[in-house]
Amino acid sequence: MTLRIYIPVDAAALAVGAEEVASALHAAAARHNVTVDLVRNGSRGLYWLEPMVEVATPVGRVAYGPVAPSDSEGLLAAILADGAHALRLGPTEDIPWLKRQTRLTFARCGIVDPRSFEDYRAHGGCKGLERALSLGAEASVEEVVQSGLRGRGGAGFPTGIKWRTVAQTQSTQKYIVCNADEGDSGTFADRMIMEGDPFVLIEGMAIAGIATGATKGYVYIRSEYPHAVAAMEAAIAAARRGGLLGNRIAGSSFAFDMEVRVGAGAYVCGEETSLLDSLEGKRGQVRAKPPLPAHKGLFGRPTVINNVLSLASVPIILDKGAAFYRDFGTGRSRGTMPIQLAGNVKHGGLYETAFGITLGELVDDIGGGTRSGRPVRAVQVGGPLGAYFPRALFDTPFDYEAFAARDGLIGHGGIVVFDDTVDMAKQARFAMEFCAIESCGKCTPCRIGAARGVEVVDRIIKNDHRAANIAVLEDLCNTMKFGSLCALGGFTPYPVMSALNHFPEDFGAPPRLQAAE
Amino acid sequence: MTQGQAPWNKDVALERIWDCLNREGPLLPILHALQEEFGYIDEAAEPLIAEALNITRAEVHGVITFYHDFRRAPAGRHVLKLCRAEACQAAGGDPLAAHAAARLGVVMGTTARDGSVTLEPVYCLGLCATAPSAMLDGRLVGRLDKGRLDALLTEAQQ
Repeated sequence: MTLRIYIPVDAAALAVGAEEVASALHAAAARHNVTVDLVRNGSRGLYWLEPMVEVATPVGRVAYGPVAPSDSEGLLAAILADGAHALRLGPTEDIPWLKRQTRLTFARCGIVDPRSFEDYRAHGGCKGLERALSLGAEASVEEVVQSGLRGRGGAGFPTGIKWRTVAQTQSTQKYIVCNADEGDSGTFADRMIMEGDPFVLIEGMAIAGIATGATKGYVYIRSEYPHAVAAMEAAIAAARRGGLLGNRIAGSSFAFDMEVRVGAGAYVCGEETSLLDSLEGKRGQVRAKPPLPAHKGLFGRPTVINNVLSLASVPIILDKGAAFYRDFGTGRSRGTMPIQLAGNVKHGGLYETAFGITLGELVDDIGGGTRSGRPVRAVQVGGPLGAYFPRALFDTPFDYEAFAARDGLIGHGGIVVFDDTVDMAKQARFAMEFCAIESCGKCTPCRIGAARGVEVVDRIIKNDHRAANIAVLEDLCNTMKFGSLCALGGFTPYPVMSALNHFPEDFGAPPRLQAAE
Repeated sequence: MTQGQAPWNKDVALERIWDCLNREGPLLPILHALQEEFGYIDEAAEPLIAEALNITRAEVHGVITFYHDFRRAPAGRHVLKLCRAEACQAAGGDPLAAHAAARLGVVMGTTARDGSVTLEPVYCLGLCATAPSAMLDGRLVGRLDKGRLDALLTEAQQ
């Protein structure tokens, strides 16, 4: 008999032993004369259950996890007997954590074979592209505008408006650049898509090319993601063979091709203009705006630069229509957000849901609190430039504006959970230290401010003129926030000031009125 | 990524440079190619790249020194990267990093005296739901604890 088994090739699954589990299961199957058709899928995003093994059955896929190599013999016996097993999770789609999600961008991730273009097509891939081709360029741009899709990298700028600007700018050469420099700690959604459903990103970029008149695309992937680089390169080659990329994409008169570029360990290159300079072969320094990249971007040409998740959401928007996507969400935050639960969290992973869910639901209910079992004291939302939120703000809905109203940001959708052992003064110091390490050096508030910030926090911790130094820190944060060229220097005050405002006791300071209350 | 260990060779370097010249914005691909070949970017490569791209040597030097990835001297036989970012801090990464540095007798960012291993910080490997995380010569390790870290250190020191 032949068993079809799925074991993820996702980097985080590999990091907890997916490869060893695959080998052990193969060996066990050989001992029992069972032929195994092993599919290396992406991750479903239920990381506390990785390595998660799925088996195809007549009633759908059944999951087991977290599996250790030593479980393989017993697991195989249970699979063959269709019997009970301590690690059996039941039908994958019925796992409540997965079932409660609204997976639009991640609809195929963990399901398909990321190396197979045929599998992508068999699971509804390329339908968005076909509709874009039938609509034409202008109507495709309007569809993205009408969907309400906003930049998922963190800035939240309307994606369709960027596209429209590029479409209306005349040039002999335009570019689509995908920002896959996912440097925020606590985020891994871009990596998961590139490793688990790379064709959706390629399709999204091809649609962007058709819509704006760009014929060349680059995916700028951080060097810390070697598995994503390999997956994207293989997928691009397969997409060329399958006609999704090339001189006549999907048989149309449109040409679009793309390639992968690898970063070199600079966090600031996640900022769009420094990413463009890096692609051009320069130091990754931030550019002053204007000119906007949509007018003068890569090599001075009109350029769409979007995050992975923004581009990967485009195919379903084109396929199902703007209204379908816009109907999810709340206020000005439309559609779904792939939220990432990370750090000291019991049920960590990727949770895609419509905007509007509260922070408390995400952390306590879905995340299950801390892995250490201790009380949750703080969560950092939106990466190293995001604010620390105390439990008192857990009623904040996940929404661009709601977070901004409470001096925070949703950023790229990462939530890092800390228990009550966290020292918030130390976290504030780290925010400044990280900014100092990663500053591109172009503007003074960031370059000098971050270094001075570390020193000031150190003095506060040492109780050296504490009250006066807290005033200096607040003043410095104000200067960085309003004087920096980009979000690195401009947003580093968020984690610093939120730590100070919500957890003054960690700085030896008296309680203060919380700005958001 | 696993770094090459080939000794510096000007002709090989020129070949790797020329391989990239037909690409738009070729400097980063060139630097990655050289580091992949030799494990670091020799100072002697700077004028070769400058001439090939028709830019100044200062510009090449400026780019090499801007990016954390590019080495100006060979690393140890193994490179152990420990994630030092917030998600790994929340999951107990700080004491693990201190333990690794103490056991190797190095400060973070330097190479053990016997040349066996270079210990480096990395700011996020994207494994934040299975933190703390490490990477040994390109191999990822999640759910790091003292036992798993000690096993990695022993492997790296051999």
